[in-house]
Amino acid sequence: MMTLDRRSFLAGASTLAALGAPAILHAEDAIKIGEVNSYTAQPAFLKPYRQGWELALEKVNAAGGVNGRKIETVFRDDGGKPEDAVRYAGDLLDAEKVDVLAGGFLSNIGLALADVANQRKRLYLASEPLTDALVWGKGNHYTFRLRPSTYMQAAMLVEEAAKLPAKRWALVAPNYEYGQSANKWFKDLLKRAKPDVEFVAEQYPALGKIDAGATIQALEAGKPEAIFNVTFGGDLTNFVRQGTTRGLFEGRSVVSMLTGEPEYVDPLGAEAPVGWIVTGYPYGDLNTPEHVAFRDAYKAKYGEMPKLGSVVGYETVNSIAAALAKAGSTDNEKLVSTLEGLKLTTVFGPIEFRAIDHQSTMGAFVGKIALKDGLGVMSNWNYRDGAKYLPPDSEVKILRPAG
Amino acid sequence: MSAKVLEVEGLVKRFRGVNAVRGIDLSVHAGEAVALIGPNGAGKTTCFNMIGGQLKPDAGRVRLEGQDVTAMTPRLLWRRGVGRTFQITTAFASMTVRENVQLALNAKAGRLNRVFGRMTVAFGKEADAILARVGMSADAERPCAILAYGDLKRIELAIALAGAPKLLLMDEPTAGMAPGERVQLMALAASLAKRDGIAVLFTEHDMDVVFAHADRIIVLDRGSILAEGPPDKIKADSAVRAVYLGAGLASGVG
Amino acid sequence: MTVLSPDILLIQALNGLASASSLFLVASGLSIIFGVTRVVNFAHGSFYMLGAYLGWSLTHRVMTLGAPGFWGSVLAAALIVGAVGVLVEMLILRRLRRAPELYPLLATFGVVLIVQDVALAIWGPEDLLGPRAPGLTGFVSILASRFPVYELFLIAVGPLLLGGLWLLFRRTRFGLLVRAATQDREMVAALGVDERRLFSSVFFLGSALAGLGGALQLPREAVNLNMDVSVVVEAFVVVVVGGLGSLVGAYVSAVLIGVIQAFGILFLPKITLVLVFLVMGIVLAVRPYGLFGRFGEGEGLRSSVQETVLRPLSATSRAVFTLAVLLIAAMPFFAGDYAMGLIAELLILAVFAASLHFLMGLGGMASFGHAAFFGIGAYGAALAFKGLQWPMAASLVAAPFAAAFAGLVAGWLCVRLSGVYLAMLSLAVAQIAWAASFQWVALTGGDNGLLGVWPPTVFASRSGFLLLTLALTVAALAALRIAAFSPFGYALRAARDAPRRAEASGIDVRAMQWAGFVIAAAFAGIAGGLYAFAKGSVFPTYLAIGKSVDGLIMVLLGGIGSLTGPIIGAFAFGGLEAELMASVAFWRAILGLVILALVLVAPSGIMGLIGTRIVKAAKPAAPA
Repeated sequence: MMTLDRRSFLAGASTLAALGAPAILHAEDAIKIGEVNSYTAQPAFLKPYRQGWELALEKVNAAGGVNGRKIETVFRDDGGKPEDAVRYAGDLLDAEKVDVLAGGFLSNIGLALADVANQRKRLYLASEPLTDALVWGKGNHYTFRLRPSTYMQAAMLVEEAAKLPAKRWALVAPNYEYGQSANKWFKDLLKRAKPDVEFVAEQYPALGKIDAGATIQALEAGKPEAIFNVTFGGDLTNFVRQGTTRGLFEGRSVVSMLTGEPEYVDPLGAEAPVGWIVTGYPYGDLNTPEHVAFRDAYKAKYGEMPKLGSVVGYETVNSIAAALAKAGSTDNEKLVSTLEGLKLTTVFGPIEFRAIDHQSTMGAFVGKIALKDGLGVMSNWNYRDGAKYLPPDSEVKILRPAG
Repeated sequence: MSAKVLEVEGLVKRFRGVNAVRGIDLSVHAGEAVALIGPNGAGKTTCFNMIGGQLKPDAGRVRLEGQDVTAMTPRLLWRRGVGRTFQITTAFASMTVRENVQLALNAKAGRLNRVFGRMTVAFGKEADAILARVGMSADAERPCAILAYGDLKRIELAIALAGAPKLLLMDEPTAGMAPGERVQLMALAASLAKRDGIAVLFTEHDMDVVFAHADRIIVLDRGSILAEGPPDKIKADSAVRAVYLGAGLASGVG
Repeated sequence: MTVLSPDILLIQALNGLASASSLFLVASGLSIIFGVTRVVNFAHGSFYMLGAYLGWSLTHRVMTLGAPGFWGSVLAAALIVGAVGVLVEMLILRRLRRAPELYPLLATFGVVLIVQDVALAIWGPEDLLGPRAPGLTGFVSILASRFPVYELFLIAVGPLLLGGLWLLFRRTRFGLLVRAATQDREMVAALGVDERRLFSSVFFLGSALAGLGGALQLPREAVNLNMDVSVVVEAFVVVVVGGLGSLVGAYVSAVLIGVIQAFGILFLPKITLVLVFLVMGIVLAVRPYGLFGRFGEGEGLRSSVQETVLRPLSATSRAVFTLAVLLIAAMPFFAGDYAMGLIAELLILAVFAASLHFLMGLGGMASFGHAAFFGIGAYGAALAFKGLQWPMAASLVAAPFAAAFAGLVAGWLCVRLSGVYLAMLSLAVAQIAWAASFQWVALTGGDNGLLGVWPPTVFASRSGFLLLTLALTVAALAALRIAAFSPFGYALRAARDAPRRAEASGIDVRAMQWAGFVIAAAFAGIAGGLYAFAKGSVFPTYLAIGKSVDGLIMVLLGGIGSLTGPIIGAFAFGGLEAELMASVAFWRAILGLVILALVLVAPSGIMGLIGTRIVKAAKPAAPA
């Protein structure tokens, strides 16, 4: 019996077909990746991400694809809503017949997609979501993650924080899971490294709605010697501007998650907080051959410098392509077992998808913010291999009940 | 004379220290239509709203068939047999004429907590009978929203009658109507009241209506009763003529 | 722990006052517009955002001019936004003056969607950091702390604006008309004033104030695409807490909220999400018409314009419905998994919309927080299923009970109010529930949600779940329909049509509304429970404002005057959104345009459109 596909269903059921994009004609034999992301809700990170993605796709296909087949991507915008992400994941699997799933920016959407993947027994490569739960507490057989997790980035920064003389710490983080778990790990790990530290103030502004003046005053009230910051995006911008005017950062060290990523430091322009110890991406100064090749290709294609999102998008495609090539098939069980322990070289260096928890060992750059040509950049940076910032296997086994 | 339905004793209401109503006594018997008149600010509406439960009196008693109903809510008064029409007429605009009356009948039967079964299957005949009495049978299927004002007044009367009231409170029942319609409506109300032995208390501006249909008239002035009695007596009362009715009455009643 | 010295308390109070001024700038315009036109202007936040973006662009052009350039840009941005407001009024809202009261709200929501995409297209996705205000970049030392001069300037702006508006309203004819219109709409018409000009000028003033508010944020905040919705909700809270139509009230409540928030951050940093709504809930519970509001204002929102008589389904409609149900039931034979999944989801949304329609269409209680009950139903089902290990059937039964219980509490609070006050209190209640779902991590999993709520056995397949959903939703929709025609349904409508009349006819208006609230909550809960299993997961977004707004759009789009309206609306809106999002980059703008077009063509919803067509076809001659 003939089965109506999604598009003909549309044409019959609503007037929308006219509004929709023209149906994409797929080469019959292409391998399809279904990609769900919050394009309209988080455009600042995801525009470069998509550009990086498409650059990688072009490169892979120009080299003849994988296993003799081209790779195609079907993108879906979840608008920042996990329930819509679930629907589009279903749509991609059911109607578009994609072979694997990828994407996700917000942690809760990553978890929702991981749950769908588990339910439908499909590989899901989470590119961006940072939550530890994705590979630990709620980790599952079919889900892998590329980026260093909240734990890993916190651990990298704790290493620097422990070297500082400061004993009184204030913490500020957006009021959701990412912010809370970043704070939790930072406190746990720093206390372990340096038992005499104290945490004198903690602030949890609502995501995207920081009341910077009042928050800064509340941090100031704790009379801290150093500050750990997890805010990003608009919250970070407001926090930095108000904090600078109010002298919050004077005479204090600040250790900050993600602030060295061009996505977040560029909007600050010349007001970038010089001297902050951050994780990020020194796109201008990273001159390894792999990165230079990537950067040149990216600049040639898009006329701008890559951002961290570009790297994440680029390497997500490369990781999937590598797994497909090694597995020699699109069989998802085979892909999962191939990805477990798969090693590849990225623009940041070699990484491995760990068999124990499906987390990649992609690292991050840690350095200090400096000003260059009116823009914040990372200085004195070095690459921290993710493999060194994960808990011992015995602990991981406890953290990850799914095994 | 028939039994007293409404009895009011020493009703007082002050607004910010001003005595709007200062000690009013009145009563209405079954089958009797009593008009409450007076110049603007005399305290008619305040008095009326205290009897109807919209306002709480500062002192005094309201009795219905001998039982104390002072300061009861309109809904509790309704349960004891007080029907009411409003100066600004409202009916349930999203329903047909018949549904309006049927709903009131359902309320009377205590059926409003039912979430199953069509409201419209109950009391159809009874509703039609009431509509016939107010002369609205032909309009039973029409939505209330499109009715003319005069017809709306009749519907309101029908809704009030559906509660099988012992006492009918009508606040300016003919306000906003054409002069011809006014007498007609009040004649209808008075005749229905007589037939069913309903006590009627109404306020009214139109003296033609008052003198034609009231069995008794109570004249208020500055919160107190100035005069009380049958229309002829009030017409002849010089105090009333002097204080309130003035020359307008002479021409109005001839 | 936190060391509290007097200077910290002082500075925190000043921080609160600075935020209060920013809030007041936005809220004053919203209040003036609502007072005169009775339009709940969701696009007010978009005007604020436009003001910020325009200010950013203008200040960058004239950076070299120093202070005159900066302040000139701020002023120019405000004026341009004022002109945009007039345009929206003239092109859209003016045509909706005779539409039911909530339809302009739907139209302004369309404007929100369009402005979001226009801003994205013009200014791009990245946050833009504006310049500091020339001459006001420094700080002053207050005791031991630093305080930015610009914040001091903002603190002064609030009272200055209040004084200016006071003079405008007391000393000018325009002001007199605005006050008259705020207090009594009919009076203005009776005075023979050109209402159209008054409305346009009020929109200009209100929008310009929003634009000014946005532009003045440049030195303190980065401009971004999310400014609009977050500010408009807070502005609504300020206006409602202050009392509709009262500018002094708006200022006082802005100060109250600004200062409470500043101290909340100091003492209770973890409840920042909900503090504002908690304040609103408490104020409205104690003073139902706001701090400076009077009884009667704000009644305008009551959507009692619905004077259409409800009729049982005609034979044709019955046939269409039966056919539709049969068609859906047959989908497993011809349709793909995606289509079945989407239809199941739309059926669930139809129940959600129908439950909201029961509340606002029949009960006259427009709720801005109905998603709370949808979400509580979803959490109820998920917790029963995952936490208590109940079977799916029992979990689905638990959903409406959880929602009805929440409805019992929320309804008790809400039915004491009406109109926009009820709407806002329902929003406050919903926000508190949302914050609980977000922060009660042990129970709800926080924003990571509850996962793995997948239907077992035969219902795991798309077709199985579709048939289950179809059966349950048809039963739920039928039950709502039966209730609408029951004595209770009529009594609920009577309480909406004419509360005083109803009360004098033996109808306990409050009790009816309360019961209506609980029933609506329970049916939203049924939808939520099914949704949990359809998605396999539950998140706080299910309770968020966005879901509540979706519900409002579905009801209004379908047509509030008919029981079929919300079902049509759910299919139209839900289907449209899903398909646009899947295929078009600027889906928001297109969705906004479609909403606008529908509202303008069919100001009483899709069902209204169908209705008039049918009437026209049936009665070619003009009625006698």
